[in-house]
Amino acid sequence: MKLITAVVRPHRLDEVKNALQALGVHGLTVTEARGHGRRPGHTEVYRGAEYTVDLTPKVRIEVLAADEDAGRLIDAVVTAARTGTLGDGKVWSVPVDTAVRVRTGERGVEAL
Amino acid sequence: MAPATPLAADTPALSPANTGFMLVCTALVMLMTPGLAFFYGGMVRVKSTLNMLMMSFVSLGIVTVLWVLYGFSLAFGTDTAGLIGWNPHWLGLSGIGRTDLWDGTTIPVLVFLVFQMMFAVLTPALISGALADRVRFGAWALFVALWATVVYFPVAHWVWGAGGWAYRLGVIDFAGGTAVHVNAGAAALGVILVIGKRAGFGTDPMRPHNLPLVMLGAGLLWFGWFGFNAGSWLGNDDGVGALMFVNTQVATGAAVLGWLAYEKLRHGACTTLGAASGAVAGLVAITPSGGAVSPLGALAIGVCAGVLCALAVGLKYRLGYDDSLDVVGVHLVGGVLGSLLVGLLATGTGQSDVAGLFYGGGLGQFWKQCAGVLAVLAYSLVASALLALLLDRTIGMRVAREAEESGIDGTEHAETAYDFSGAGGGAGRTPSAPDAPAAERARTGKVTA
Repeated sequence: MKLITAVVRPHRLDEVKNALQALGVHGLTVTEARGHGRRPGHTEVYRGAEYTVDLTPKVRIEVLAADEDAGRLIDAVVTAARTGTLGDGKVWSVPVDTAVRVRTGERGVEAL
Repeated sequence: MAPATPLAADTPALSPANTGFMLVCTALVMLMTPGLAFFYGGMVRVKSTLNMLMMSFVSLGIVTVLWVLYGFSLAFGTDTAGLIGWNPHWLGLSGIGRTDLWDGTTIPVLVFLVFQMMFAVLTPALISGALADRVRFGAWALFVALWATVVYFPVAHWVWGAGGWAYRLGVIDFAGGTAVHVNAGAAALGVILVIGKRAGFGTDPMRPHNLPLVMLGAGLLWFGWFGFNAGSWLGNDDGVGALMFVNTQVATGAAVLGWLAYEKLRHGACTTLGAASGAVAGLVAITPSGGAVSPLGALAIGVCAGVLCALAVGLKYRLGYDDSLDVVGVHLVGGVLGSLLVGLLATGTGQSDVAGLFYGGGLGQFWKQCAGVLAVLAYSLVASALLALLLDRTIGMRVAREAEESGIDGTEHAETAYDFSGAGGGAGRTPSAPDAPAAERARTGKVTA
């Protein structure tokens, strides 16, 4: 199994979610997050005081997938999240050794 | 009809219309203090929201009590040397009859005193914006009581009390440009020079945490200000209150545009905070002047206030003082501006026949306005700094550095402003009241032995 984590622009969340669901993903977790990659922060002005906001709002999407599905899902997330400008985010995956469905106790890919 | 008896003709009768109007105005002015609390509360960081709200709100308690006990007597009692009032029959408001009329008006003394009470409540609350995030709540409460006693009550007497020196000199201050705004702004400057900057001032980001709250507060202030300004004529018999009402709206609208235009040119965006701040700047500047100028004059005052205050709020970074929410930049600067512009823009057809420079009256009134502004500014600045110094050296004004960094809400008020998720609330514990076991049963549904 793999844990796919995507950190993307908040306004692309619906596209990413729809793309994953279209590929048969049954469950995902979304967290509001802040962060920065290569994109410089933006400037906000309050009564003339300028602040550089470099931790910009993002959403973090986490999906558990069977090893053979992970590549397709990652490609789908990247396509759906892309705008082509700085700040589109990152997607990565890591191996997972256990997953349990809490309601039934099923383990492994059965739990996905 | 036969004329009434000479006595009845000389004695003005209580006017139900004016009395009712003034009671509504009083309630409007009361609303300004919670409005100010929201205005300030939205501008601080999330960890000190409640403290900011409370610094204003507690004034409704403290100054109300002082006003009843001796404040009204000090501000509006029989004059001594133009400096202070005193009337032993007014201590505790005990000697005031239900239908006694305030001199020269058709409203009861009771109505006049409660209207003025709301001004006394609001003025110390204005100062709190300069002291965000860092003042012990107990020290602030004591400061409010001392400051009202030593600064506000005397200054209100100078400006509005029968026999007050500024009143006799002919300084025009319709609703509190000097007594309220210059006074509070200068006090803010005096206190921050003593207590110093917030931890991280100039380096840490200190963005407003809730601009909708700021806008809500500005809206409540604007609404309440109609009572503050139009009510200050204490009646509606000659249209001066109506002129003031119109000018309040005109100057405030123009000041919003002035501030927005400045920041659009200077910083590239019209901000919500700028619009809200411009409104307050315009309200401040029209407060002393609105009864004496024409609507076009009010428009000019508003534009000047919006632009000048937008410029002035940047000064603190250059001069290195932490006027956290710009009490000096908005209230002191706007109050001085509005008070001085009376000397130029008074038409002679408003509250009095005194005309300013632009209406053929020469500079005479301008110098009087300067005298009023300078005296209030200097006295409030020095007295407030000394009070802050006294409190700082005795009980201490500032919270510990760690408390300031972790957030003053938790350390001073034992509360959190926002709890949207409910996570991390900790274990519940009911108060150890006599009936605590019953409360525990109600909470857990268990019967314990």
